[in-house]
Amino acid sequence: MVVQEAQPAVAAPAPIPRAPRRRRDGRAAALYLAPAAILLLAMLAYPIYQLVLISLYDYGQPQAAGNAPLVFLGVANYAELLSDVQFWTVLGKTVGFAGACVIGSLIVGTGLAILATRVRAVPRMLLFLAALGAWSTPAIAGSYVWLFLFDTDFGLVNEILSGLGLPFEHHSWTFGTFGVFGLVAAEVIWCSFPFVMVTMYAGIKGIPDEVLEAASLDGASMWRTTWQIILPMVRPLLMIATIQSIIWDFKVFTQIYVMTNGGGVAGRNLVLNVYAYQQAFAGQEYGLGSAIGVVMTLLLLSITGLYVRSQRRSAAWL
Amino acid sequence: MRLRRTLPVIATLALLAGCAPTQSAPAGAGGDEKTGTVRVWLFDEANRAPKEAAVKEAITEFKAAHQGVEVDVQWVPVEGRADKFSGAFNDPSNAPDVAEFGNTDVSSYAATGALADLTGDLASWSEGKDLIPTVLDTAKSGGKTYGLPWYTGIRALYYRTDLFTELGLKPPTTLAELADTARRIRAAKPELYGISVGGKYTYAMLPFLWANGGELAKQDGTKWTSTVDSEQAKAGVTTYASLLKDDICPPASCANLTGTQSVQAFSGGKAGMTVGGDFNRKAVEQGAVKGKYAVVPIPGTTPGSVAPAFAGGNLLGVFNATKHRSLALDFVELLGGAKYQEKMYTAMGNLPTLSSVQQKLAASDPFLKPFVDTLKAGTKFVPATPAWSKIDSQNVLPTAVQQIATGGKDPAAALATAAEAMNKAFG
Repeated sequence: MVVQEAQPAVAAPAPIPRAPRRRRDGRAAALYLAPAAILLLAMLAYPIYQLVLISLYDYGQPQAAGNAPLVFLGVANYAELLSDVQFWTVLGKTVGFAGACVIGSLIVGTGLAILATRVRAVPRMLLFLAALGAWSTPAIAGSYVWLFLFDTDFGLVNEILSGLGLPFEHHSWTFGTFGVFGLVAAEVIWCSFPFVMVTMYAGIKGIPDEVLEAASLDGASMWRTTWQIILPMVRPLLMIATIQSIIWDFKVFTQIYVMTNGGGVAGRNLVLNVYAYQQAFAGQEYGLGSAIGVVMTLLLLSITGLYVRSQRRSAAWL
Repeated sequence: MRLRRTLPVIATLALLAGCAPTQSAPAGAGGDEKTGTVRVWLFDEANRAPKEAAVKEAITEFKAAHQGVEVDVQWVPVEGRADKFSGAFNDPSNAPDVAEFGNTDVSSYAATGALADLTGDLASWSEGKDLIPTVLDTAKSGGKTYGLPWYTGIRALYYRTDLFTELGLKPPTTLAELADTARRIRAAKPELYGISVGGKYTYAMLPFLWANGGELAKQDGTKWTSTVDSEQAKAGVTTYASLLKDDICPPASCANLTGTQSVQAFSGGKAGMTVGGDFNRKAVEQGAVKGKYAVVPIPGTTPGSVAPAFAGGNLLGVFNATKHRSLALDFVELLGGAKYQEKMYTAMGNLPTLSSVQQKLAASDPFLKPFVDTLKAGTKFVPATPAWSKIDSQNVLPTAVQQIATGGKDPAAALATAAEAMNKAFG
């Protein structure tokens, strides 16, 4: 895939304190930053540069293999993409789907993190083991396991539900547009909530006991402590978890590709990444595919930009 | 942040300077060394061991005949073939000398200039005249032959003999009867699909389209135009889509089935009939219906006629960049020759492409008869243009079938959209 694996969690550099002798500091800083800069230039800037270039050409397999002349198209690939009704439909569905996944994993992850701070060591360990198990399951394996569980004829879920007397015998979970998105979203939440949970657990644990003790001595209720002490203090972490989830869930490919058999019946469960793959890369239209890649990178970069800004603001009171 | 500001500037400057995306150099002429390693790419099959054994035997024979030559075989997964071959096209130094590939990919591969033109070599090959002409046609693009047809894949109608006896049914003789028979099976046995077919099973749909007189596209000079929106094509696709209904194969289960999944449902005992290839025999034999099935050609629109089947199959080709051109060709002719076609049939059930081998095997194995009959009745092929790969991977026809089957669009609208998408791909 073309879209770069953005890892914004490591992107926030610690603010450098203003020193009187700025020039020497600047040189030292440049030296310190050089390895990262070289890596970024080679691994990110150059591929993006090629991506942008390719998106301006009619670039297919014959062109890549050097057997056909390059034709400069300008913004024709973008014009084609933006005038395609299906692109907008897919973009809308992707935003909705990613939104549901983000909200779901934040709620489940934060809820379980709070639970983990309240229970004893053994249940907490079990909770973490289960979460880490889900986290470390490869996306493709997880997708197939879920498919088996929700299989129309042989699935455990249908067996249990119909055993309880509910009308779920031979119910197909992978047919209706919303049903399929719901099932895939549940799988995505299942494999992405552990990150939120671990992050939030670390955040809650990192709050000094004195602060909480002071709050309780002042007679603050549980509710008030949570809303006015804990939440503001873990806000930066919550922000990281949210942005990370947005980027991950916006780029979902494997789960949709596997669980909906490549985009669902008549392509009604396509998300942007699968659409890009199907329209452009499997069809060897790399120019159009790159245009989708550029559009997606711009969308995610703007979200990351918001994140970096909010980090700057929140750094002030940390 | 700075990166974001400078990047567009760099890109614009580069463009102004006339920079272009990187291209690899066109594949060189290669060479004709008589020693060294011949690198071969073959498809990895679900049940590879017998194929591997037959290929190993061929390699032993090849090495005995050629001093100082090694053969290195790599197994390419069918699903991942696009990436693997794209890599070989972009970097000729990493390309194999010999490769197996599907005949639907010939045109798009040939367009990259990576495959060697074998027209003359096959004409002068001692067994070349034995190749079935319609099968050889599927190896052609722009009038040139780019591969030796290794085996043919023909699909026909598999049905459950036990079920047909129990319900007093006869194998259908027309497509309308086929739908009717399927309906009666499901009415009597609601837990079974009347026939297991799927929205993504294009090669099961095509015989319906062709039997009704439809065509995928027509060629005018070098220009292709889609004809899937014609009345005949519409009738065929609509008949096929009518199988994906609650009274035959419910869309909730079947609308998204692929060919493999359709055959799996049949071999698992969940369907009264299916459309399956000669190459699916092993899978069906290993399933629950072993010994309880028979095969007939897919019927046409009138009793006694046979619907034109899709002439699928795999080829053995030589890469232009090969440094061992005649060695590579020798190996292709050995593996694709009569002796190893027969061995591959025994190992995998692959239908041979040499008419003498085919006749010999059909006489001794009644299983082959419906497939050979279908082949004799005439087969058809997808448009021989690089655009077909694109149309195929963009799911143009499955989407239309699924829209008709689920009632999302009426046949005329769905096929008009499909024709438009096909024409866009044809360019």
